[in-house]
Amino acid sequence: MAWDRNQMAARAAKELRDGYYVNLGIGIPTLVANNVPEGMTVTLQSENGMLGIGPFPYPDEVDADLINAGKQTISELPQTSYFSSSDSFAMIRGGHIDLAVLGGMEVSQDGDLANWMVPGKMIKGMGGAMDLVAGVKKIIVVMEHVSKNGDPKFIPECTLPLTGKNVVDMIITDLCVFQRPDHDSPFKLIELAPDVTAEEVRSKTTASFVE
Amino acid sequence: MQKIYPNAEAALEGLLFDGMTIAAGGFGLCGIPERLIDALVASGVRDLTIASNNAGIDNEGLGKLLRTRQVKKMISSYVGENKEFERQYLAGELEVEFCPQGTLAERMRAGGAGIPGFYTKTGVGTQVAEGKEVKNFDGEDYILERGIRADLSIIKGWKADESGNLVFRKTARNFNQPAATSGKICVAEVEEIVPVGSLEPDCIHLPSIYVKRLISGAPYDKKIEFTTTRERTAA
Repeated sequence: MAWDRNQMAARAAKELRDGYYVNLGIGIPTLVANNVPEGMTVTLQSENGMLGIGPFPYPDEVDADLINAGKQTISELPQTSYFSSSDSFAMIRGGHIDLAVLGGMEVSQDGDLANWMVPGKMIKGMGGAMDLVAGVKKIIVVMEHVSKNGDPKFIPECTLPLTGKNVVDMIITDLCVFQRPDHDSPFKLIELAPDVTAEEVRSKTTASFVE
Repeated sequence: MQKIYPNAEAALEGLLFDGMTIAAGGFGLCGIPERLIDALVASGVRDLTIASNNAGIDNEGLGKLLRTRQVKKMISSYVGENKEFERQYLAGELEVEFCPQGTLAERMRAGGAGIPGFYTKTGVGTQVAEGKEVKNFDGEDYILERGIRADLSIIKGWKADESGNLVFRKTARNFNQPAATSGKICVAEVEEIVPVGSLEPDCIHLPSIYVKRLISGAPYDKKIEFTTTRERTAA
């Protein structure tokens, strides 16, 4: 049985380590915050300028000056700090963030990521995604294994405009996990969702990978 | 040197001209210079190039300047949630330069710090790199990005003292700090102007040298794009 959104997020959370500073993208990646293992200290970064993101606020504590990069109201923690967007991206670009978990439209077998633009549709912009994939130490992409039309999303070469070239370290889909130890190695299939077979993964993947 | 002006219109007097470039602070609708945007609308200044992370939403923030067709070009990282923007963009009436968020923040910071260009890994091998110089440092490729030196900066702070020392509040700091330094002149609006000496010198976020003109814009009716909450009873 394929993993659902929460299970995909829980699988990504297994990559967290004590003391990590982490940036989570919008969508399934946000759910990773609910799956931080007990006793582990993980600090979440928000691109607009905050370290130490707290949970959503109580209704009477909503503060227009306190939002995350998805523009949702959030709360602060005792260890929270605030800073400017230029300091925030100095952190990101400078390689100080340990891990980013992002959504994806396509990932290529060489680790290219496309997740910001579909030509011909309204373009909203890349936000901070290009900065994150360029600067963060480890990039995990969490995405459905195939598109709504059933097309593979882990493919030989991206067809959509790139967010970054050779930047992805791990791919978590609803069917399986691919990982590579460095940016010169091919992805390896390292884990299957319950009752999913390697054959099913192969049939829904056009990218080459090792098993 | 009197920096305090009675209102936004007065604070912008003599600074505006058609075709000018403006750096604006704010992230979404958080920490946007609302009063100064309203004054820009009222001034009728046209053909603006605006560097701002976002373009407001319909009828809020910079969305007001889009509705009145005063903007020629936006330099932004994310422009969703704005129907009028979408219409003008698809109709070819509005020029947009998409710039990665961190690159935009650094372009403002660099421009204000006297750095005309810098190399970054962000965007290498993507559309963003098209037409830009690529240079290899220590085996990795970087692209050349230009600093932004705006004609005018408009920002929103929380408190400022009468000399212009300014502090921000929580995530409303965002692009306000780099935008403030990017302009040849910066006009700031704050929620409260306090006497000199009442802000802790060690805790100033934006030193007075950057703030040339200042207004109190209170009271503020701060807008929220997405209100998300949890239940009191939840664990």
